[in-house]
Amino acid sequence: MAVLTGRQRGGWATANFVVLALALIPVLWLLSLSFKTPAAVLDPSLWPAQWTWGNYSGILTSSQFLRPLVNSIGIGLISTVIAVVLASMAAYAVARLRFPGKSVLIGMALLIAMFPLIALVTPMFTIERALGLFNTWFGLIIPYVAFGLPLGIYTLSAFFREIPWELEKAAKMDGATPLQAFIRVIAPLAAPGMVTTAILVFLACWNDFLLAISFTSTVSSRTAPAAMEYFSGGNVFTVPTGPIAAAAVVITIPIVIFVLFFQRRIVAGLTSGAVKG
Amino acid sequence: MTASTQAPARQGRGQHAKRARPPLSEGARAERRLAFLLCAPAVIVMIAVTAYPLIYAIYLSLERYNLELPQQTKFIGFANWAAVLGSPYWWHALLVTVIITVFSVAITLVLGMLLAQALHRLPFSRGATRTVSLIPYGIVTVAAAYSWQYAWTPQQGYLSSMFNNGAPLTNQAEAIIVIIIAEVWKTTPFMGLLLLAGLSLVPEDLLKAAKVDGATAWQRFTRVTLPLMKPAILVALLFRTLDSFRIFDSIFILTSGNNGTGAVSNLGYDNLFNALNLGIGSTISILIFICVAIIAVVFIVGFGTAAPGTDIEKR
Repeated sequence: MAVLTGRQRGGWATANFVVLALALIPVLWLLSLSFKTPAAVLDPSLWPAQWTWGNYSGILTSSQFLRPLVNSIGIGLISTVIAVVLASMAAYAVARLRFPGKSVLIGMALLIAMFPLIALVTPMFTIERALGLFNTWFGLIIPYVAFGLPLGIYTLSAFFREIPWELEKAAKMDGATPLQAFIRVIAPLAAPGMVTTAILVFLACWNDFLLAISFTSTVSSRTAPAAMEYFSGGNVFTVPTGPIAAAAVVITIPIVIFVLFFQRRIVAGLTSGAVKG
Repeated sequence: MTASTQAPARQGRGQHAKRARPPLSEGARAERRLAFLLCAPAVIVMIAVTAYPLIYAIYLSLERYNLELPQQTKFIGFANWAAVLGSPYWWHALLVTVIITVFSVAITLVLGMLLAQALHRLPFSRGATRTVSLIPYGIVTVAAAYSWQYAWTPQQGYLSSMFNNGAPLTNQAEAIIVIIIAEVWKTTPFMGLLLLAGLSLVPEDLLKAAKVDGATAWQRFTRVTLPLMKPAILVALLFRTLDSFRIFDSIFILTSGNNGTGAVSNLGYDNLFNALNLGIGSTISILIFICVAIIAVVFIVGFGTAAPGTDIEKR
């Protein structure tokens, strides 16, 4: 990059500052609210006048939030593992094997990636009640897996295509069956892609709100984003702003750290399937 | 009688066609069998969770089915469809959804392009800026929606206090603007990343050559960068449009769809959980599915968007 004049430098610094401020202020506002005392919540300043940990200790000792947090983590992890395993199998077939119906599979995954979730809510609600899946972990895990699969198949088949064919052929020549070639040779090379996919699928599960409020009715299976809606203040006249803000921070901060930590992988995953057109 | 005489004939033709094809080697057949085995679980789950409920929804949409009055459940043909399509609520929600989608996608495209350009050309602290600009993507939509809701609450929100203690969430037009702002904030990083990947495919030499030929920065952008980025832009637009059309979470938190701010997804949800009307709710579900299918077809057939994944076949 050529040497910058002072004015150019200033221009870029300003642009940089604007991007950072726009991205951060709504998050800082949540953080600030979460540390405000119930009285200070009514003060619109970004810097709390009185600080308190009360909102955090309140929600972290209440089963109204702790149980949903555990549900979120459990449902998210189980869905992610199942989706990544099933998607890896299908993506391997798409990227490596010749078989009829491949374009049908890809078209179907594309359709499901575009599927409006709400179109599923009414019929699934009826089906889940009939099967006894309503308000259970599996009532959420099953749709999460289904919607994680298209994402997984795209991302993983893009990653699998980058893996050199020759290694697999060499393994087969050495007497490995296709399955052994997959487990011994391809899977370790595919691990980075699988981690990326797992992150994307987990983020999608963690973020879901519509299915979580539709298919649950108690804290036994409600996830954290859905539970915040049911918080109450100290009495009927208090809006639970502080606790909700604290809960929002609790479910957000780990994910933000996660995203920042794995950002290269996430960027690679998000752009792998989409931009190669 | 006719059926029994035709059946063997058809079978015979099938056998003949099969025989005409070059016989598959043992390896190819094993490969095929493995491929089907590997794909089967994913296909079964996807069909069970989407195709089956969708077909079931079509059936439900033809029934009068209210959870409060289950004994009155009965087949009523297209009465639900007539009720929904003849109701101002559906058309109003559709209009709100289209407005939110069009404005938020258009603004996100412009801001995402600016962000991509900034991240592509920023001479310093590029990594840190990219990291921070990813935060809105990482944040849970519901959490972000609460942040915006409290920010616009009169007397206690920083944004409200900056604008004369206004209460925009209680007014239809202003609430829709707030919803669009929330949507744009959340999705610009994603758009920026997709465009950044497209931008990095534009050869630097081409831009330099254009500069030597005397093209202004704007001309270089519109004549060189944009045409080369067109495929990436179309894919990003397709993704964002479909995603935006499904908007639910932020409206649910910000306004609960009050004052005529509900999108079609909010209408469908309310019909199921407040009116407990499965017939009408299913009709709305299918209508939304049809809208999404139309958007996808317009993009893929109309604009020639390369549907992601279709290039797999060509390789």
